[in-house]
Amino acid sequence: MIPLSDYLIVSAILFAIGTAGVFLRRNLITILLSVEIMLNAVNLTFVAFGRYLGSVDGQIIVFFVMTVAAAEAAVGLAIVIALFRHRESLNPEAFTALKW
Amino acid sequence: MPETLVFYLLAGLAIGASALVIGQRNPMYSVMLLIASFGALAGLYIQLEAPFVAVAQIIIYAGAIMVLFLFVVMLLNAPQEDAAEWDRLHPLRQPGIARFGAMLGLLLVVQLAWALIRAAEIGAPVGSRSDAAAVSSVREVGRVLFTDYMFAFEATSILILVAMVGAVVLARREDAGEAEGEER
Amino acid sequence: MDLRFLIQLGIIGLTFFMLINASALLVYAERKVMGFMQQRYGPYLVGPHGLLQPLADILKLLMKEELRPRGADRWLFTLAPILSVTAAFAAFAAVPWGAETTLFGLLDEPVKLGVADINVGVLVVFAITSMGVYGIVLAGWSSNSKYSLLGGLRSSAQMISYELSYATALAAVILLAGSLSLRETVDAQAGYWFGVIPRWYVFLQPLGFIIYMIAGVAETNRAPFDFPEAEQELVAGYNTEYSSVRFALFPQAEYINMTTMAAVATDLYLGGWHGPFLPPEYGWIWFLVKVGAILFAYIWVRWTVPRYRYDQLMRFGWKWLFPASVVNLIVTAALVLALNA
Repeated sequence: MIPLSDYLIVSAILFAIGTAGVFLRRNLITILLSVEIMLNAVNLTFVAFGRYLGSVDGQIIVFFVMTVAAAEAAVGLAIVIALFRHRESLNPEAFTALKW
Repeated sequence: MPETLVFYLLAGLAIGASALVIGQRNPMYSVMLLIASFGALAGLYIQLEAPFVAVAQIIIYAGAIMVLFLFVVMLLNAPQEDAAEWDRLHPLRQPGIARFGAMLGLLLVVQLAWALIRAAEIGAPVGSRSDAAAVSSVREVGRVLFTDYMFAFEATSILILVAMVGAVVLARREDAGEAEGEER
Repeated sequence: MDLRFLIQLGIIGLTFFMLINASALLVYAERKVMGFMQQRYGPYLVGPHGLLQPLADILKLLMKEELRPRGADRWLFTLAPILSVTAAFAAFAAVPWGAETTLFGLLDEPVKLGVADINVGVLVVFAITSMGVYGIVLAGWSSNSKYSLLGGLRSSAQMISYELSYATALAAVILLAGSLSLRETVDAQAGYWFGVIPRWYVFLQPLGFIIYMIAGVAETNRAPFDFPEAEQELVAGYNTEYSSVRFALFPQAEYINMTTMAAVATDLYLGGWHGPFLPPEYGWIWFLVKVGAILFAYIWVRWTVPRYRYDQLMRFGWKWLFPASVVNLIVTAALVLALNA
C-alpha cells in the first residue's frame, strides 16, 4: 500500500512547480496554467486525505475547486483576450500601467 | 507490487509534465503537457478509490477548461516568449527583487517540508483506516453534496453565473462598428 | 492463465477487430448509400458489389507519400491523428454490447460481453469522447495553414457547445435508470409495457433522444454540422495538410466515433441487446441491428440535409438545443420525483 505521505509529497512538489511557474514565466497564459497546477495539487491532497479518513467530503471540496477553476479560467482568459487586443503582447510587464 | 509501480509511474508523469509546462516557452506545448499531467492525476484519483472525481477531472479540466485555453492560444496565435525580452524585462533580474524572491521560495520549501515532517501519522498507508467502499460510492458523494453542502453548491452556481456574465462582458469588443474597420 | 481470462482477452480483441471492420464497412456503406440516393451505383468494381473497395482505399493511402508541410509543428502534427484515433477506440471500452453469457455452457460463471464493466460507464464514455476534440484542434493548429487553423477553431467551439446539450440529454436518462452504469441502464429497459411496447427509454425520452442524436452528429463533425472540414469553404479543414496513413487515421476516428455514438444511443435509449424473438444469448444480434439502423440514419442525414451556416449552428446549439435539453432534464427530474414519492 502506498503511504499517505507519498501523495502529499507529490502534491507538495506539484504546488511548488505551480508557484515557480507563476513567478518565472512571463506569459499570461502560462501563468494561468501554473495556477491550475497549484489548484490540482490541492485537489490531490483533498482526495488523498478523504481516502485516508474514509470520508467523501474531500471529493466534494474538489468539485468546488473545479468549479472555481472553471470560473477563474473563463474570466482570466477573457481578460487575457481583452489585454491582448490593446497591446498585442502577453507579457505581464506590458500591462503595468493601470490605464491607457 | 504493481500498485506501487503504477503510483510512481503516474506521479512521475504528473510531476514531469507539470515541470515541462513551466519549463519551455511554447504555450501550445504547455497546454498539451498540462493535459497529460491532468490525465495522470485522474489515474491517481482512481487509485484513491475516487472514480467520480477522476472522471470529473477528465471531463471538466481536460475536456472543458483546457479546450478553452487551447482555443485562446489558437485565437491569439499566442507568441512564444522571447528569451531576450525575458532577460531584459523580468523583474527577477533586479537584484533586490531576486533576493526577496529567493527568500520567499526558501520559505515555501521549508514550510512544505515542515508540514510533511510534522505529522508522523501520515506515513501510514493511505487505505489503512477505512475501506474503499466508504469513499468510492457515487451515490454517497451525491447525497452529501446535495444535503450537507447544499448552500455551498448553490453559491457555486451563482459564482458560475457571475463568471459567465463577466467573461462575456470582458471578451466583447467595446464597439463593434469601430472594430470591424481595424481588425486583423 | 485460466479460461475466463483468455475469454475476456478474446472479447477485447473481438471488439477491437469489429471496430476496425466497422470503420471500413461504414466507408463502403456511406459511398453505396450516397450512390443510391444520387441514383448512381457507388463503388462496384473492386470485389463483388464493390465490397473490397475499403481495402483498396486503405492500400492506396498506405502507398502514398507522407508529407509534412514546412513550418508545421513536428511533434503535434504527428500526435494529432494518433490522439484522435486513440480516443475513438478507448471510448468504446466502456460500452457493453451483449448480455451476460456462459458461451453455451462453456463457462461456470457468465461473462459480460463488453471490454470493461465500469460503474460510472456513461461518464467514462463522455469523458473520453470529449478528449477527441484535441486531435482535431491540434491537427488544425500544427499544420501551420490557415484553412486547418480555421477548421480547428471551429471544431473546438462547436464541440464545446454541443457537448453541453449532449451531457444534459444523458443526465435525463441517468435519472430514469438511477445508475451511471451502462449495463444497468440497459437491463432497466428489459420487458414490456402492456405486453407489447418494449420498455425502451426512447419512449419516455423522445425529446432527449432527438437532442442526443443531433448533438451526436455535431460531436462527430458529420454533415450537416461538418464545419471543421467544410470542403467548399476550408478545402478540407483540419486535415488539409495531411496525407497517407496520418490522413487515414482521421476518417477512421470519425467512423469509430460514429459507431460509439450509435452504440451508446442503443444502450441508453433503444434497450441495448433486449428485443423480441431472440433468446438473451443472442442479444448481441439485436444490438448490431439497432446500431446499424442508427448508423444508416446518420448516413441518410448526411446526404439529404445541406450544411448550415456557422452562425446558424451556434445559434441553434445555444438558443434551441441547449434550452430544450435543460427543459427535458427538469421535466424528467420532476416526474421521477413525483412518481417515485
